[in-house]
Amino acid sequence: MPKAATRQKTEPKAAKDAKNGKSGPLDDIIKKHQSADFVDVELAKKEYLKRRSSQLESIKRTDKKLLRSMLYQMVLGRRFEEKCAEVYRMGKIGGFCHLYIGQEAIAVGSMLATDEKDMVITSYRDHVQAMVKGIRPEAVMAELYGKEGGCVKGKGGSMHMFSKEFEFYGGHGIVGGQIGVATGMAYAAKYRNSGQLVLCFFGEAAVNQGIFHESLNMAQLWELPCIYICENNQYGMGTSQDRAMSTRNIAKKADAFEMANEFVDGMDVMAVREATLRAIDRARKKSLPTLLEVRAYRYMGHSMSDPGNYRTREEIVKYQERDPIVLFKDSLKEAKVFGDKDFEKIEQEAMAAVDAAVRFAEESPLPNESELLTDVYA
Amino acid sequence: MKDSMAGSSPPLNERINMATLTIRDALNQALREEILRDENVFVMGEEVAEYDGAYKVTRGLWKEFGDKRVVDTPITELGFAAVGVGAAMAGLRPVIEFMTWNFSILASDQIINHASAMRYMSGGQFTVPIVFRGPNGSAYQVSSQHSHALEAMYANFPGLKVVMPSTAADAKGLLKSSIRDDNPVIFLEQERMYGLKGEVPEDEDFTIPLGVADVKREGKDCTIVARSMTVPLALQAAELIQKDFDVSVEVIDPRTIKPLDVDTIVNSVKKTNRLVIAEESHAFASVGAEISYQVLENAFDYLDAPIKRISTAEAPMPYAKNLEAASLPSVEKIVAAVKEVCYL
Repeated sequence: MPKAATRQKTEPKAAKDAKNGKSGPLDDIIKKHQSADFVDVELAKKEYLKRRSSQLESIKRTDKKLLRSMLYQMVLGRRFEEKCAEVYRMGKIGGFCHLYIGQEAIAVGSMLATDEKDMVITSYRDHVQAMVKGIRPEAVMAELYGKEGGCVKGKGGSMHMFSKEFEFYGGHGIVGGQIGVATGMAYAAKYRNSGQLVLCFFGEAAVNQGIFHESLNMAQLWELPCIYICENNQYGMGTSQDRAMSTRNIAKKADAFEMANEFVDGMDVMAVREATLRAIDRARKKSLPTLLEVRAYRYMGHSMSDPGNYRTREEIVKYQERDPIVLFKDSLKEAKVFGDKDFEKIEQEAMAAVDAAVRFAEESPLPNESELLTDVYA
Repeated sequence: MKDSMAGSSPPLNERINMATLTIRDALNQALREEILRDENVFVMGEEVAEYDGAYKVTRGLWKEFGDKRVVDTPITELGFAAVGVGAAMAGLRPVIEFMTWNFSILASDQIINHASAMRYMSGGQFTVPIVFRGPNGSAYQVSSQHSHALEAMYANFPGLKVVMPSTAADAKGLLKSSIRDDNPVIFLEQERMYGLKGEVPEDEDFTIPLGVADVKREGKDCTIVARSMTVPLALQAAELIQKDFDVSVEVIDPRTIKPLDVDTIVNSVKKTNRLVIAEESHAFASVGAEISYQVLENAFDYLDAPIKRISTAEAPMPYAKNLEAASLPSVEKIVAAVKEVCYL
């Protein structure tokens, strides 16, 4: 089984310099991006240098157009969710609203490694996945507004984005429920020999549900092409992983089913991509599932109604120093793929898309009341 | 009680070739024909394949069709119900067997939160053409965790259809319709009835539409609405009442609980002016309660007596044979109820 992209054997030159006591601009970068996962500063430096080196290597291997698309989707996701928070506070969005800020590298790194025909399903934290899969930001924002122009005509709201056209099997509101549904989607793909695979996203708290274990057992038993992506944002609503799970090591839970698994740094979009590519290879060539534990950090509360009193500002800031978008930009710059002007342009495009989405949502009419009883039965 | 319960023959066209089958074999035929008819149909559940089915409803199917179409699962009800839901969303037509509907409660998150709501919450984009089937209600002294009747619970959720056959022909025709339906269908059988025999049309295109009640016995003085196991009981009760009191009882089997054929029931009550509901289900918030409401709303002025319900006792199912019998509806209890509403 391949090791995680974060654990490369070759030591980069910068790391050697650090060991030899040479200081320079590297120290500042290390300080800026110091890993929050590791308390030991020396270890943090090592991990950081390895990860950074692998991100650069991966960038060099990747098509420039795709890299731009990845950065754009991450920035769009960030700006879209920030706008959601803003209009939610204005009362434009009702119900629950779970934001993805801080986790963008996971959806973007994994989904842009798959083909259009592949199926995706996720939890209620689904806005960004929906957009990366192809649903227009206008249709997602209008859905949040509960408007007719929403991607499910105002019937689902924040937690239930769907698109049959783009093979997006939804946002689902029951923690872990979609893991079983994904397993059935992969079952159908294999049954019909369609060549599709399934990307199934869920939070780390879903791992404590029975459906996770039932699904992984069947997926490995029946050799289904499903990639289970545990987005470990370290909090199940307001309860930290340490208070809810007897082990920190989620990836290794797949060992109980003899399923391939990897731990991935979720702040590193290229690491997510590389790990997903390995899982895709396994799914397409051998029809085998994979569990990826991708560790990130949820900057915002569980939902818009969560003030987040269970954690400190310092903790959040610590993670923000390793922000996935900042890290990616730094690497793209260092690899001389893009510069500040490109970043600025991407920002402008994303902001324009978000503004257009809000305009569309504002202008879209409320659903006709005659829609209340449609779509109940086929 | 197993095979001695009298089944009724539905009114069928005499020109059609008929075979006498048990309900078990009628269900088996329906599954076999639909597997042959549509390559997307597959049967999945505990012991459905190599073991031939816990109650032999799937007997011979695995040998004939193999692992792809007839699939044994681990004992993981929530998990394989979810596999069915996902597979149905992605274009297949799964028939998921629960060894008993009691076990479906473990899977109710997938049935209720996922299958029933999927079409609506996806704005009509994803349908879930799936059948969940298996024995519902009591069996033979299987006690408190194997005797639940769940039709009222599932019928409460928009998006689900609920079907309960009481004869071999209905079992076959309704199961075929359920498999061809594009909605999630809760198909409730009864273990005590698997051995009941009846005439079944041999035509492979024989189906019975969902949502259409059947008058199992015509009468003019009192209506009994019965379903599943209480249908043969009601028919026996009707014969006894006819013999002893010369009172003519009409027996109506809705066959589909949801959608419910209210018209057939209401029209019968308008004719007989009296209603007894016989159900193997706890009374509180039951399907019988819904039928009572529908009749009160639509035929209040026609009633000559209060509606009477015969239901399962308001206690978990006991093991002891006499207590179990006391809990369940019986011919005697139905006769007594008819006498009461007819002031006999």
